[in-house]
Amino acid sequence: MNPFLQGIITIVVGVGGCIAYFYFSNLFLDKVLFPARGPKAGQNINRANQIRPWLFLFPAIFALGLYLAYPVVGSFVRSLYNRSGNDFIGAGNYIRLFESPEFRTAFFNNILWVIFVPAASTFFGLLAAQLTDKLSWGNIAKSLIFMPMAISFVGASLIWKFVYANDNDIGLINAIRAAFGAGNPIDVLQIPFWNNFFLMVILVWIQTGFAMVILSAALRGIPEETIEAAILDGANPFQLFFKIKVPQIMGTIVVVWTTITILVLKVFDIVYTMTGGNFDTEILPSYMMKFMFRDDGLATAVAFVIMVVVLPVMIWNIMQARKEMR
Amino acid sequence: MDGMAGEKSGLSWAVNISVVIMVLLWLIPTIGLFVSSFRERDQISASGWWQAPFSVELSYRTRGGSDATEDNGTWTVTGNIFETDEVKSSFTSGESTVSAFGDSGRNPGEYPAGTTADLGDGETLTVNEDGSYTYTTAEDPGDRGPRIYFVAETPPEFTLANYRQVLTADNMDKAFINTLTVTIPATIIPILIAAFAAYALAWMDFPGRGVLIACVVGLLVVPLQLALVPLLNLHNSIGIGQSFLGIWLAHTGFGLPLAVYLLRNYMVGLPRDIIESAKVDGATDFQLFIRIILPLSFPALAAFAIFQFLWTWNDLLVAKVFLPSDDASKVMTVKIADDLLGSRGGDWGILATAAFVSIAVPLVVFFTMQRFLVRGLLAGSVK
Repeated sequence: MNPFLQGIITIVVGVGGCIAYFYFSNLFLDKVLFPARGPKAGQNINRANQIRPWLFLFPAIFALGLYLAYPVVGSFVRSLYNRSGNDFIGAGNYIRLFESPEFRTAFFNNILWVIFVPAASTFFGLLAAQLTDKLSWGNIAKSLIFMPMAISFVGASLIWKFVYANDNDIGLINAIRAAFGAGNPIDVLQIPFWNNFFLMVILVWIQTGFAMVILSAALRGIPEETIEAAILDGANPFQLFFKIKVPQIMGTIVVVWTTITILVLKVFDIVYTMTGGNFDTEILPSYMMKFMFRDDGLATAVAFVIMVVVLPVMIWNIMQARKEMR
Repeated sequence: MDGMAGEKSGLSWAVNISVVIMVLLWLIPTIGLFVSSFRERDQISASGWWQAPFSVELSYRTRGGSDATEDNGTWTVTGNIFETDEVKSSFTSGESTVSAFGDSGRNPGEYPAGTTADLGDGETLTVNEDGSYTYTTAEDPGDRGPRIYFVAETPPEFTLANYRQVLTADNMDKAFINTLTVTIPATIIPILIAAFAAYALAWMDFPGRGVLIACVVGLLVVPLQLALVPLLNLHNSIGIGQSFLGIWLAHTGFGLPLAVYLLRNYMVGLPRDIIESAKVDGATDFQLFIRIILPLSFPALAAFAIFQFLWTWNDLLVAKVFLPSDDASKVMTVKIADDLLGSRGGDWGILATAAFVSIAVPLVVFFTMQRFLVRGLLAGSVK
């Protein structure tokens, strides 16, 4: 069957099925199971209202459980078995990982990514938010800096290939070097250690817009009185920014920072398309893809290492959410 | 507000200039891709895209005319190099200058224009800047003209040839349709499921609600990588395997936490009065949801739909794992990352065009729906 037609049928079945489920399950609850009539009408209404939330929640809980909660356990269990999945080898996969120098490189690089990308994106985002705040053409500037958010990581990698290319007539960096008199073009993606940063720049380029949009809203939300008071007290623009504004939006800065940190741990596309993990640029998500389809045991072990790295952020997020609800 | 105490104009200039620089830095890489996608292949490798509006020095190969005139045992061929058959089509405007010429492909610019080159065996060749050439030889050249290489300034040329090739010859049209096929159901299906759940979490009171919300927040950050192996095995064992159905289900599952979280945050903020007065008037939860909550939540629904659309359109990881790797079901990101970068690593025109085709739709969505996107982002993270 033509996949496009199949898609349309899926939309109809999916959406129609959802509506039918919600409509008929409510009908069943109200008319058949606990009808609001007869001697126990009041009691029945209460009972129905106790069950209804779970009717509303069931599809979401089912999908979330199957597609996100079960895999956490499933992956962990699978990572304790060998390649074929038949023999239990305990921590064998993890031991193999930690003994391999490639994994250590990937782990070390990933830590660089987790430190550098959120820091740089938040910094540039804050800078852009503050600079464009009072500008007459600020909204246009913001929407242009925000634009890379819409571009796929693969597209962004290709865009940056035209900046990094090892050719004076294609790569912007080499053209600039040549303009300053440098001789032969260099391949910046092969410079040991620093090539990681050239890859990170791509993600910073994408994420700065996200940081900017959120921080700019936070800056707008600062009570005007505090700013007026500071100006009357003679604060200069820099003091105003660092001592009055930044402390007041610290909470938002932390949210932006953690959101980007989590994203960094998911992105494998950039390394995959730019270097394929060569020249010591491997990171954990791309390292995992090396084992995908080849050795499920090792692949799930790498994935679980990523999960462990994310865990502190996850716990912090949950704590924040609970605090807000009270 | 800042200006109240009298803003210094110097500072305001500095701000304007720094924003201009920042915007340029952010924009230039994309412009490079855009310009390159319209340039002719030879021109891309001969000069940088930032020189696209200027002429390029390209080397050509042609064959001179064959109607020689004999004079005392010396045969002479004259003519204009730009009018020879092999290169005629490149110089339609006729206005161009030769900077150098030669007689071998290894060094097409061996002799500067205007000089007379001694080619040995009594042959000489002169090519002037305006393209006129004189070739003399001691032997009858017969009916084959002399082989001439030359380097000439070529006017800038913009073409749609790259797009034609990408969209017709490289299976990119198929990949485009596939991306669309993956994206649309994967965007629509999670919305309804999430909206009902979000309503329950926002406005219905039941034990365990707090725990469920915490779970959703926790699942927001579960790395996708964890889900790949167990889910693919699950799909294989229940007969879905690697297929479009599989990827729709996967994207639905992965998009749900964000959807529930965004929509709940938005619905909680809806005015309590409306909801309570509707309840007093006897509306059931189901009616309340369909008639009041859903229409009022439109901005949040739109925000999530844009997110999910961009995310599924741009996704590479899920498509690589949950779709078969044959040409018939490749999406654009996979096509570019695996096929084009591998086999056409050096063909910059094709790469730029393919990339631009794949980012064009998200860019249009982005610029037309930016308002909703920003509102959605803010609902998710700023209180």
